[in-house]
This record gives sequence, C-alpha cells and structure tokens, in this order.
Amino acid sequence: MNGLQIVNIHRSFGEISALAGITFDVVLGEIVAVLGPSGCGKSTLLAVIAGLEVPDRGEMLWDGKTLTEIPTYRRGFGLMFQDFALFPHKNVFQNVAFGLQMVKMTEPEIKKRVGETLQLVGLPGFEKRDVNTLSGGEGQRVALARSLAPYPRLLMLDEPLGSLDRNLRERLVLDLKSILQMSDQTALYVTHDQEEAFAIADRVVVMNAGQVEQFDIPERIYRQPASIFVARFLGLTNLIQGNVRQHGDTRIVDTAIGEWPFDGDYTGEVTVLIRPDTVHLNADSQCQLSGIMSELSFRGATCRIIINVNGVPFTFELPSNMDLPREGENIQLCFDPEEAIQLFPKSN
Amino acid sequence: MAAGVDRDSVEVNSKFFTSSYKKYAPHALWLAPLAFLGLFYFYPMGSILEISFSRIEGSQAAPFIQALASERVRRVLGFTFFQASLSTALTLLVGLPGAYLLARYDFRGKSLLRALTGIAFVLPTLVVAAAFNAMLGPRGWVNVGLMELFDLSQPPIQFINTFSAILIAHVFYNTTIVLRMVGDYWSHIDPRMGQAAQVLGANRLQTLLRVILPLLMPVIITAALLVFIFNFTSFGVILVLGGPRFATLEVEIFYQTVSLFNLPLAATLSILQLACTLILTILYTRLSAKLTRPLSLRPRKYTQRKLTSWRSKLLAALLVIMLLGMLTAPLIALAARSFTRLDPEPGQHAFFASGLTLDFYKELTTNRRGSLFYVSPLTAIAVSTGYAAATVFLALALGLPAAWALARNSNSKFNRFIDPIIMLPLGTSAVTLGLGFIVAFNRPPLDLRASILLIPLAHTLVALPFVVRSLTPSLRSIRPRLRQAAQVMGASPMQVFRHIDLPMVGRALLVAATFAFTISLGEFGATALIARPEYPTIPIMIYRFISQPGALNYGQALALSTILMAATAAGMLAIERFRIADVGEF
Repeated sequence: MNGLQIVNIHRSFGEISALAGITFDVVLGEIVAVLGPSGCGKSTLLAVIAGLEVPDRGEMLWDGKTLTEIPTYRRGFGLMFQDFALFPHKNVFQNVAFGLQMVKMTEPEIKKRVGETLQLVGLPGFEKRDVNTLSGGEGQRVALARSLAPYPRLLMLDEPLGSLDRNLRERLVLDLKSILQMSDQTALYVTHDQEEAFAIADRVVVMNAGQVEQFDIPERIYRQPASIFVARFLGLTNLIQGNVRQHGDTRIVDTAIGEWPFDGDYTGEVTVLIRPDTVHLNADSQCQLSGIMSELSFRGATCRIIINVNGVPFTFELPSNMDLPREGENIQLCFDPEEAIQLFPKSN
Repeated sequence: MAAGVDRDSVEVNSKFFTSSYKKYAPHALWLAPLAFLGLFYFYPMGSILEISFSRIEGSQAAPFIQALASERVRRVLGFTFFQASLSTALTLLVGLPGAYLLARYDFRGKSLLRALTGIAFVLPTLVVAAAFNAMLGPRGWVNVGLMELFDLSQPPIQFINTFSAILIAHVFYNTTIVLRMVGDYWSHIDPRMGQAAQVLGANRLQTLLRVILPLLMPVIITAALLVFIFNFTSFGVILVLGGPRFATLEVEIFYQTVSLFNLPLAATLSILQLACTLILTILYTRLSAKLTRPLSLRPRKYTQRKLTSWRSKLLAALLVIMLLGMLTAPLIALAARSFTRLDPEPGQHAFFASGLTLDFYKELTTNRRGSLFYVSPLTAIAVSTGYAAATVFLALALGLPAAWALARNSNSKFNRFIDPIIMLPLGTSAVTLGLGFIVAFNRPPLDLRASILLIPLAHTLVALPFVVRSLTPSLRSIRPRLRQAAQVMGASPMQVFRHIDLPMVGRALLVAATFAFTISLGEFGATALIARPEYPTIPIMIYRFISQPGALNYGQALALSTILMAATAAGMLAIERFRIADVGEF
C-alpha cells in the first residue's frame, strides 16, 4: 500500500499509557486529521511517527516498508510544531532553507525554492526578516513554509493554529487547506478542534485516552458517531437512557420522554442520541416530542433552542425563518426516528 | 474551545524518557564552580570573620566589639546610609518622569536614548569620576571657560571634594536602572487600567495616585533598593570625587587597609558592610522574584502611543534633552577634554598654545622623569588586557557548567538552593572581596601574594554571576523543540550540533565573554587593594594620575579614561549585537 500505515502502536510513560493500540492509515495525497481532547495522546503519536519517540510495540510502514529502524532525520517527513520552534538565531530565509541544505540542494535551487514557498504561504519578500519580530500569524506561515519546502513525503502539523486567536484561526484553516491541496501534500493534522478537523481533513481519526474511537470521513463521523464519547466530543449532547423492547414485528425504544420505533439489533438498556439538526416544528398532535421553550439563541441561518422535556434539557437547531414560540411557551417538535435517533450500548 | 489547550506536547513527553543517569549528572557540573566559590569566596570571608572576632594580645576585647563602640565607626556608618538614601531619592526623582516617557510613548530616537543611557550604567566608576572631573573639576571645561570669560585666577566652581559631586555622580550612573526597570514594567501595564479608572470618575491625578502608582509600587521599590545597594557600596566615585572628607564604609575599609594597615578594624568594617549588603540583597531578591508574576502584562505595542499634542511633544523633548544632556555631557566632556589643551603646563606660564592635541595620548608612552620605578601606562594597558583575558577564561570555564546545570532544570530543589549562592559575590562589596583576598592569601596554606593569578581570580568572582546570568537563558532557549525540528528536516545528530547548538551556544558564550572582559577591565574596588605596584591595571593608573597634581597627569588620566570608556562601550555594543532576542518575550 502507498502511504503511511500505523498498526497497533503502543507507547507508555511509566504508569501512563499514552498510546494503547493505534491503527489507521494515510493514503498518498490525503489529509488525515487526528482529533481528540487534551491529553489523549495525539502529540505522542506525532512524535512516534516522526521518530522522536520510540514505540513500545506496533508497526509503522511507509509504502509497505517498516519505518521503525529509520532515524528521524532520514524519514523525509515534515513536522510543524504548535509553538513553531523557529530557529531564533536564523532569519526567515535561513529557517526555510534549513531543510533544503540538509538534502544538499544547490544555492540557486535553495533560493528559488525558498522564494516559491514563501510566495505559497503568502509571505513573499520576507526572506531577510528576523524571526523574533514576526507576528503570530506570520510565524505560523514561516513555520509552514519551512516544513513544506523540502517536499516532505508526509507533513505532520501539531496544532498548527492552536496558539493563534479564534478569528485568525478560522481564516488560516482555509488558507492552510488550499496550500496543502495546491502542493498535493500528504498530511497528518493534529487538532482538538472538531471544526478545524472537519474543515481540513479527508478523513478523521478521533482519539481518546490513547485509543482510536473512530476513523472515517467527516460526514460519517458526524452522522454516525461510533461511540458516546465521539457524540459528546462533537457536541451531540441530547443523550437519554432508554430500553428496547419488541413490539410485534418492530422494535421500540422506550425513554422517559417518549417512545419511538427503531430498526436495529439492540435489546435491553441503551443510550439514545437525538440529533439536534433533524427536528422540525409541528403544531400537530402527531409530534414525537413536546416540551417548554427554555432558551433561544439566534445564530443567523439557524436558531439554537433549548427545550425542557420533563425536566431534562435538550438542544436543537431549527431554521431561523420560522415563528418560534417564546420562552416559557409550549413547543412541539417532530422528527423521523430513522434519521434522528441513534442507539449506543448503555453508558454509566 | 480555548486556543492552545492541548499541551500534551512532544517536549513534555520526552521528559519521561530521561533515564536516571541524566537526573544525577547535572550535579557533577557544579563541582568546579562550587569548589572555586568555596576557596575564593567563602574561605576569604571566613578569614575576615576570624580576624575581626579573635582577640588581639594586650587589648580588652575583640576588634569587632571595640569598633562598634567607636564614635568614628558610627559616623562612617551613618554617613554611608545617609548618602545612599539621598542619592537614591534623587535618582528616583530624575528617573521616574523618564521612565514614564519611555514606557508610554513611541517617539523617534527612543532606541538611541535607551542605548546611550545604557552606556552610562556600565562605565567603570573611575571613568565616571574622571568624566565629571573633565566637566566640572578645577581643570574642567566649565571652570576653565569661566576663568577665561571673567579673567579669574582661581576656578570659581568648587565641585571636586564636595558632597554634591558624590550625589550627582550617583544619579548619573543609576538613573538608567530606574529608566529600564520601571520603564519596562510600566510599558507592559495595560493602559486600560487608567482608562477604566477615568471612566469610573477619577481625574488624572487621582488615576496616577490611586491606580498607576500602586501598580508600579513594587517595581519602584525594587529599583530603589537596587540603586540603594549600588550607592551603599559605591567606592571609586566617593574616593575620587568626594575626597578624604567623606568616608563611607567602603572607603574607610580601603583607608584602614592600604594607608593604616589596620587589618582587624578593616575586617570589622567589612563584616558590617557584608551584613548590610546581605540583608539588602536578600530583600532585593525577594522583591524582584515577586515582580515576575505581575497582573496581566500586555505586549508593548498595545500600550504605547505616539506623541500627538503640541504640548506633550514639547514636554517630551525637554525631558529627553535633559536626560541626554545629563547622561552624555560628562562623557563628551571627557573625550573632548582628553584631546584638548586648555591650561599651561609648568614652565609655560600664561604663554601656551591651546587647542586640539594628541599630547596626552603621546605622553602615555613617554617616561618623562626617567625614573627607574616608573611604570608606563602602556604596561597598565597590557596588564589589564592580560588580566581580562585570564578572567574571561576562568569565568567561562566555571560559568558554563553552572549555567548548563541551571538551564537543564532550573526548578530542581538543588538548583534553586545553589542559584543564590552563585550570586553571593554580587552582593558583596568589591573592597570587601579585596580585603578577603589580602587576609586569606597572605599566609599559608595558600600564599598567593606573588601570584599573577590573584587579580584575575578576584575579577572572576565579580564576573561569574554575570556570566551565569547571561548564559543560562540562552542555553535554556535551545529548547528540545529546536533540535527536533532540525532532525525532522533531515539534520543528522552532527548537523544538529553544528547548525543549532553550536551557533546558539557560541553567541551566548561571546556575550558572556564580553561581560567578563569589560567587568575585568573596569574593576577598581578589589583591584585597588590587591594590585601590585609594578603591575597596575588601567583604573589603578587612572587613579594614580588623577590624584597627582599637574596638567600632564590630569591629561593622561583623561586619555586613559577615554580609552577605557571606548573599550567598555564597544563591549556593550557587541553584547547588544550578539544577544539572541529572548524567544519568549512578548
């Protein structure tokens, strides 16, 4: 297989198990995001792939050949650090040129490539600048140029936007994506921000406590989270305990706020997820959910509402071009159970 | 989600990777520096204690008790505190408005102002004394000019040997501390604090008194304490500008040692000096440690404005001119005077050619008296350079391992305990160090009286804290991240060393070496006690010339001072140039 394969990688530090059996792959030309909360082992994973940390066990392959014995500097990968790690004693040109000098490019070639890469990241003419005088956004771009310049087989980015403020991040994530696509760069992108991951990645690895919770394309991760952890991490918080019982030919899931037909092979106690963006307003009595509006916030094209059903709050998103009941009034919502409901084995 | 929440970084993880050998190896780095301090700091200090507390035959009590009862000692102690307090108050008075200007406004020439004020601070005290002499002394510009103008036969302004001379010189070289410390801190205080106060109804004066000053108080007190310590231990300025009438502890130790050979009394005075400076230094360290965690510090670009109104521009201009004038006029006077002949030499009487001349510099190379015991100023230059080179070598050899150990793990208990010990010589007055060398190394087991190394060893003691303090942050800035970044980009371990470690350590070493070199060149207090007559350093030579009468001696003192000033300024410029900008700084 062409590209990177990570097979059952383990790494622990004393008592702490940072990586407990990680398996996924990155196909050539693809951008894979590693998404997970702080401390889930993402950065250790990058360090292991870069060769800065040695895995306890497991296998790493590039184009089918093992990487384990190859030292960091011969792997031909790029790594962009969260704090950029620009060399403070070198100017912008010397920073970007460093990787090129390591592969023994000639001076004119280096000059051309540095200029080209700085152009690509939107900093043409920055060659002579002292890196200590760069702004956060500029530093980020120089770090990107530095890791892109030597044509790495795989570019790894460790929270590349993590140290920047929100506005800058939203703008830069799109720039970053187009830069990576323009140079047809295979990349592994580590982040704790789901919006960033979904915006940039072809496929996403969701990690938790050193393990892979789900590895799939963004749409499917959002539509079919593989676990309660993934659902919660993505902000899908309408979770309620339920019970599946057989009712004639169909199965029905029974909860404190209603019962709905369900097609699947769960039985007994389950956790039910109701997706926030699959409901619509209905004044009919034929609705699936009724409660009291407790909060409404307008967000442009959609409104986020929190309704109170038998004392339990649920969050939904509705198109904002409707007349919604006011806070404190009754509200009836309908949904197609097949589309809106997903079951998980019961959690504690 | 907040930016940068995820800190489970490669850097942190790799700490787990360190094996136990790495945990204990850093302690070995301390061996040489600690042995050095034990032998050349603690042993001499112990000898001073021993002398002042052991009873001498035929006397009633130990010299320490006798000294405390003496009227003269109490007067000296009183004057030392008095002049230090007054000098400090004046320095704050001059420095605070300047600190405000530097902190809050962005104007043309600001970096030049900062650089120039920096030079005043690092100049050797003997150069400062000579500079004021060139400006206001009996042969200085002002007096000679007035004499010429009004046809006077005597210098109208009595400056040398006055109390004001001491105060003015102290203000001259300590103002920079207030400008830098208070100014830097002030520039990071959010101006919105003041704005918030004004929105809440405080007028400008109330804002200053109730909000800004309380915010600044810690840094003002810390800066004042540092200035006080410098004034308290001031030596060259008081010796040369104050004259025999004004004795501080430091000067009294010198007289008792060099002129009266009363080592027990000198040792007792040193103990007093040591106790005072130790308390002050501990206080200062405590306070400045607190300063490092102030409220929200803001990057400078948010806190500084341009001068806009016509009135503020005028006020700022006046302030800048005053500061620049005060801080550079003596230095310009010194350099200019060393190239100018203004008064007749013996035998020339009123008929002489005044004007530009290189005579004073030429004179440095001639032995006019043909004396056998004559020591040429050129010898002093050679001796000083040699001592400075030896100091650089010793200070780097001892400072590098210490800085390395500190940089690797500054938070370990061991290092936190050792760090202040390395800094101890900084809180010990130079004359006390010199006296310690005299009483400790004049007798077996370590008789170093004749050793050529005695002065470089003393200078190393003074330079070591500076070397360690300047090396540690530089070494620390070579974070594992930078090496990893280079590795990932294809640098082999050899290449990482060549391209990352070597250049960064190299520049840090260059900066530290320059510190050691300039400190050794200018050191006067300790050298004055232990220098051998046939091998004087430049400051000793300046002192000899300036305390002798005659236009030629005066001119040579100024010429040597100018050379020393140029060397020091060049050193400081080199340090500014090669210092790697602090990565973590705003």
